[in-house]
Amino acid sequence: MSTLQATLLGVGAVGPGFADWNTLRALLRGDAEYRPVPCVAPVPNALPAAERRRTGKATRLALAAGFAAVADAAADAATLATVFASSGGDGDNCHAICEALAGSDRLISPTRFHNSVNNAASGYWGIASGAMAPSTMIAAFDGSFAAGLLEAGGLLASGLPQVLLIAYEAAYPAPLHATRLLSGDCALACLLATDAAGPRLRLELCEEAPTVLAQPSLEALRRGIPAARGLTLLQAVAQAQAQRVVLDYIDGLQLAVEVQP
Amino acid sequence: MFTPLLLAHYTATSCLGSGLGATLAALRANRSGLARCQFEDVTLPTCCGAVAGLDRVALPAALARFDCRNHRLALHGLQQDGFLDAVAAARQRYGAQRIGVFLGTSTSGILETEHVYRQRGADGALPAGFDYASTHSLYALAEFVRRLCALGGPAAVVSTACSSSAKVYASAARLIHAGVIDAAIVGGVDSLCLTTLYGFNSLELLAEAPCRPFDRGRDGISIGEAAAFALLERATATDATAVLLCGVGESSDAHHMSSPHPQGLGAQQAMQAALASAGCTPAEVDYINLHGTATPSNDEAEARAVRALFGSALPPASSTKGATGHTLGAAGALEAVICALALREGLVPASTGTRAADPALGLQPPLAPFAAPLRRVLSNSFGFGGTNASLLFARAGDCAS
Repeated sequence: MSTLQATLLGVGAVGPGFADWNTLRALLRGDAEYRPVPCVAPVPNALPAAERRRTGKATRLALAAGFAAVADAAADAATLATVFASSGGDGDNCHAICEALAGSDRLISPTRFHNSVNNAASGYWGIASGAMAPSTMIAAFDGSFAAGLLEAGGLLASGLPQVLLIAYEAAYPAPLHATRLLSGDCALACLLATDAAGPRLRLELCEEAPTVLAQPSLEALRRGIPAARGLTLLQAVAQAQAQRVVLDYIDGLQLAVEVQP
Repeated sequence: MFTPLLLAHYTATSCLGSGLGATLAALRANRSGLARCQFEDVTLPTCCGAVAGLDRVALPAALARFDCRNHRLALHGLQQDGFLDAVAAARQRYGAQRIGVFLGTSTSGILETEHVYRQRGADGALPAGFDYASTHSLYALAEFVRRLCALGGPAAVVSTACSSSAKVYASAARLIHAGVIDAAIVGGVDSLCLTTLYGFNSLELLAEAPCRPFDRGRDGISIGEAAAFALLERATATDATAVLLCGVGESSDAHHMSSPHPQGLGAQQAMQAALASAGCTPAEVDYINLHGTATPSNDEAEARAVRALFGSALPPASSTKGATGHTLGAAGALEAVICALALREGLVPASTGTRAADPALGLQPPLAPFAAPLRRVLSNSFGFGGTNASLLFARAGDCAS
């Protein structure tokens, strides 16, 4: 197949044991010991107060990682197309709605309902950033990071100069947690461009086994949260070595990324 | 420029009926499929566009774990108009790995989760056997269709509320253009559930009578359900009457979570981008299938956007949601197929349900269907979160390039 290409301009990361890309980069290089403490979803200060109060954990994670990637690249968020990649929506919100619907009056709040759309993070991002460029929300279960990267690659190939990929996931509360086990909360964002200086990524579908992380606790994180499946790609970037990384995608099909620092 | 792609095969199932024949007959007759909502034990005073007979649809045994209303509707929809045979032929032609599956849904199989929340044990746990991954999870729809059709190419679900299944046309087109795949099943499936019925009720956006888009008395939406699909491929040596996707436009309102931009700026940008990608002027559009949900503010914003872009070159424009209901995440794909039928048949669908157009909106949606030679038609899909998508379709003989 033909390949899609991108240059990585900036990274944002929020997850268990890391609040920024610098910390995560050191962990992925093996320069620091990984201690997976639960992550705190930062308050999205870019939103007006009324909207800020209404955001759930998943949206907060996505916005934090997204704005961090934009800052890392000194880019302008208002001009960027965005791809939000997640296996599902806001689990806390879904739980609250399903509980209300199982009750006698079935009353759900308007805010609960508008937050139930799976593009809620994209909607809040638009309000926070002012970006009127295309934005999407794409899902492929545990392969959602790869699905988002493929979507971003397609957007760049279609002529967009820059695309911000934000993969994010917040753990589901009980009782949904037992049916959709996510080990924690995590968001990784990559600002990608068609033509610029920086690490080059070449994307190619393949049937090879996904790349794993050697460090067991980091590998547990990678396997435990769909957004964290992107950690192998970020490790290659952190190590600044030419590598071929295979990302988990869907049944029988993976996404290989040739990383050229 | 957007290289046009062929809708090699397409089908739609909604409350108008199963398949193209029933859909076209209803559009010709200006018939609505909306009826008093009798979904499960719902007592809301509203009308719904339900697809009949889903209780009797049986999934193949090997795919039994995917069983839920949304996938029954998907299967039933795929079984119309020889669509599965067309996919099988494409699989022979291109190879299973070269065909992608890109589908839109807003609520997927959430109805299953709503059901099991009524069956929680004393410890609060959901009943054993509930399979979230194969029913409620967003990707379940694409995985089900990919397995049913024995395809091995890339797949994903787009879930951007009511623009979901318009945006999949753009996603799949980009991968075909880039040479990643040769063809794709694109489409959308959304089915009735309590979340959307009670959710829109909470926003006081449900109409009591069948919805009346762009009517002076419009007072909200009627929710419908639908499954609509197209097989998208490169357009090589097609006959002149074949239907092509010849432009896509996407944008964001960056304004509000559940209200459109009051001036319809995002909507205007999406339509403009679709026309620009096709190298087409507003005057070259012969019909617009409007998003037209029939809420006061949505229709007003869309009318402003359409008037601003088309000005005096405004072609006939109608919303078909008074016929089908608002099928949410399936609306883009359903209305894409309605546009393909309009082009194929030379038929301008009526704004079913509209009795007297709101003069403040400056649109005159046709109150009855009529015949007209259509070359290019535009379809609008907008959603919560300020997501906008417009698709431009044309007959092969009339495509700009």
